[in-house]
Order: sequence, then structure tokens, then C-alpha cells
Amino acid sequence: MTDSTHYDAIVIGGGPAGLTAGIYLSRARLSTLIVTDGVAGGQMILTHEIANYPGVESISGYQLSNIMKKQAKSFGCVIKGNTTVESLNLEGDVKELKLSDGKTYTADSVILTPGGRSRTLGVEGETKFKGRGISYCATCDGDFFTGKEIVVVGGGNSALEEAVSLTKYASKVTIVHQFDHFQAFEYAVEEAKANSKISFIMESSLEKFNGSDKLESVDIKNLKTGETQNFITDGVFIFIGYVPNTEFLFGKVNMNNWNEIIVDSDMATNIPGVYAAGDSVVKRYRQVTTAVGDATVAALAASNYIHHLKINEFHEH
Amino acid sequence: MLYTNLHHVMTASEHQKLIAENENVMICCGRMGPMCIPVYGIMEDLESEYTHVKFADMEFDNPEAYVIRDVPEVRGFMGIPFTMYYKKGKLVKATSSIQSVSQVKSILDKEFVPVMAD
Ligand SMILES: Cc1cc2nc3c(=O)[nH]c(=O)nc-3n(C[C@H](O)[C@H](O)[C@H](O)COP(=O)(O)OP(=O)(O)OC[C@H]3O[C@@H](n4cnc5c(N)ncnc54)[C@H](O)[C@@H]3O)c2cc1C
Repeated sequence: MTDSTHYDAIVIGGGPAGLTAGIYLSRARLSTLIVTDGVAGGQMILTHEIANYPGVESISGYQLSNIMKKQAKSFGCVIKGNTTVESLNLEGDVKELKLSDGKTYTADSVILTPGGRSRTLGVEGETKFKGRGISYCATCDGDFFTGKEIVVVGGGNSALEEAVSLTKYASKVTIVHQFDHFQAFEYAVEEAKANSKISFIMESSLEKFNGSDKLESVDIKNLKTGETQNFITDGVFIFIGYVPNTEFLFGKVNMNNWNEIIVDSDMATNIPGVYAAGDSVVKRYRQVTTAVGDATVAALAASNYIHHLKINEFHEH
Repeated sequence: MLYTNLHHVMTASEHQKLIAENENVMICCGRMGPMCIPVYGIMEDLESEYTHVKFADMEFDNPEAYVIRDVPEVRGFMGIPFTMYYKKGKLVKATSSIQSVSQVKSILDKEFVPVMAD
């Protein structure tokens, strides 16, 4: 482990992409720091069971995260959890990051792997009633709603699949969706439609959460007529997709309209020495395997970049 | 049992002993799920920084966890984990569902102000 504030490479984000980059970089004997604002493992720890990671028949996301973390540390990678990036300068040969521990760290290369997070509705009452009627996880909180009437917001696969799974507990599930059709796969739509406990409010949006100590009702607006109804409910589960965690990179690297980082086939961004991988880059399929795959490419490309930088420095001196 | 690196509280009497013998105690009562694991992780990370606080977890489905599940302060909670903060044996704060490191730290800093030695 190095005590220096300069590292060969700094990886921002400790999900499967970041941990993979850490494994490759530190195994190549490059001093590497992974900075992550949550617990290392990223969205992987949200996954109860991963059954599609080749070579491992079935494993919990928590266990897979711990193995990856251990592997990265065994090669000397330093992992700073629960640490945020306060500011960063990616220009030039020496990249500079100020972290929430109050210290400044520099690196020859930076790999961006901030992943994504569940989208929240961002309407009045959402923060107040989180854990008091509002949930983002059916497997965690479903049993609190046994025999109760609940609302599921969303129209993708997660929303419809979780709505069906919540009928194990709830007496009635109302799906609120903003369009007149669903984005989910046909099988998920069919299964939800065939379930007698599920009903639908289409072309409508949830505008407000109401209650005193706990959630009691929601305001639902019909987007066609503009009318708003007060809908009595015991709980709301929100599954409205994911957004990339790239706000801290606005104006620093090129992104597309959805704030996903634009990279080339080497996972290089438009800034020399800065690479990106995982769910936060422009791509179609977001999985642990794809995160691990493109982080491998990013780490190897970054190693090559650092190697050349060191050779150039050597010749200059 | 929860497979975290925190101290595990297994019984109601252990819970009582822990809060009686330690001035500042934070107990996270949950399962091994996506809303709970991040909170355990935050607690593991903060253990070395907040040495004046005793950190522990308790399994939500353990029947003995009634000492947490059934207190009036958690009435209305509908999301795990139930995270409890005790000062001198008394419950001073309880939160429901996932919390961020800054939310946890702000409670620890407010409720468990360390006593400075003269
Ligand atoms: C419920 C659920 C189930 C899933 N099931 C599966 C499955 O079965 N199989 C599968 O292959 N995939 C699954 N996925 C998808 C998979 O988890 C993701 O594709 C994968 O985790 C992406 O990895 P990542 O490293 O790019 O990002 P993430 O896993 O999102 O990790 C990014 C990390 O970076 C941190 N971070 C963000 N911004 C900053 C910042 N500014 N500074 C420091 N750190 C930051 C985040 O806190 C996070 O820890 C699932 C996802 C979810 C949500």
C-alpha cells in the first residue's frame, strides 16, 4: 500500500467495473486507488442472486462484491469507501481530485466507473415518506404491505415483474404509468394483465405524496385530461428506470443527451488519459459481465497510456 | 445470522446488555437485502472513525428482534432496515429504510457528541 497522494491510476466508482479496473491495474503493478461514494460493489450488492456470471453457477451480489474487493486488495489496490469526489481536474498529464476526506490526490490516469442509480420521482413528499410507505425494493419491503392496497409506478420490466411479485402480499396493486403502452417485454405485460389483483391507471403521473406520519394517499394526474385525483393507498413502489451517476462530470468529458459518457473502442473518453467503463458509458446492455468486460479494456488501455507517459517522462529528464 | 463484519445482537437480553453497557449504540435491524447492506457497509466503514460508538446489527426476522420491531418509535415504519440510535440506554433516534453516509453521520454527530478530555 502506498501512503503517497499520487497514484498511477485513480478509479472513480467501486462497482464491478471499478473493482475490475482495480484488479487489472494493481496486478500490472500500477499504484491504484478506487474511490467510491457508497459500499464497494455498487449495484451488484442490490442483487439477491446473480445466476448469469460465467463460471459461477449462482452467487449473491454481496458475496461476488466481497470476492472482487478482496481480489483487488490482494494485488495492493487501495479502496476508499463512502468517499465522494468534491472536485476534479482531468486536463493535462497530472489529473487532480479533491476528495471528501479533505485531501487532494493526483494520478496519471483516471478511470470513470460511477455506474447508475434508480431514478426517483422527485415529487413532493417523496423524501418524507421513504420507508414510511414509499419503497424502491419489493423483495425488501413487500411483507409490510400484506393485505394492503398499493401502487406501483412504472411501465418497464422491473415495474411489471415487481407488481406481480407484490401480489403475494398486497390485496390490490394499481400500476400507474405515464404512457398508453408499456416498455416491458410482452411476457411481463401479459403476466401482469392476467393477474386479477392488478389494475392499471394509464397515461397518468404521480404528482404528490400525502399523509401525516405515514403515507395515506397520492395525487395522480391524468396526462390527457389534466385532471388530478386523490388516490387512497397504503404504499407506493417506484420502478422508473435508472440514471447514470455522471452529474459530477458535466463539462469535464463528452456525454450524450442521456448523460452517458462517450467512449471509443478502447473505452477512452475525449480527454487523454481518462477512460470510462460500466453502466455509465453509452451502451445498450448493462450487466455485470459487460461492466467487467469494458473495465478490462479500460484498465489495459490506461496501463498502456501510463507506460508511455512514464517512458516520455524518462526521456525528457 | 447476518453475514456482516459488525457485532451481531442475537437475543433481547444481549440487546439490553449492549445498550446498558455502552453510552452510544447504533443498531441496524434488517436482512441481507439491497436496502440494508449499504447501511451495514457504512457502519463498518465508520467503526474506526466513531470509536465512542458501539455498532451492531440484528436480524429483522429473529423473533428476539421484537425489542426493535415493537417499540412505539417505529410505528409507521414500512421499510427495512430499522436503524436505532441509543444514548445511555435510551432510544434517541430511529430511521426507516436505506440511509446515506451523510445521513448516518449527521445523526451520529448530533446525538453522540464525543466528550472531550480536559
Ligand atoms: C436490482 C438489480 C438487479 C440486477 N441483476 C443483475 C444480474 O442478475 N446480472 C447482471 O449481470 N447484472 C445485474 N444488474 C445490473 C448490474 O448490477 C450493473 O450492470 C452493474 O452493477 C454495473 O456496474 P458498474 O460498476 O458500471 O456500476 P455500479 O454497479 O452502479 O457501481 C458504481 C459505483 O460507483 C459509485 N459512484 C457513483 N458516483 C460516484 C462518484 N461521483 N464518486 C465516487 N463513487 C461514485 C456508486 O456509488 C457505485 O458504488 C442488476 C442491477 C440491479 C439494480
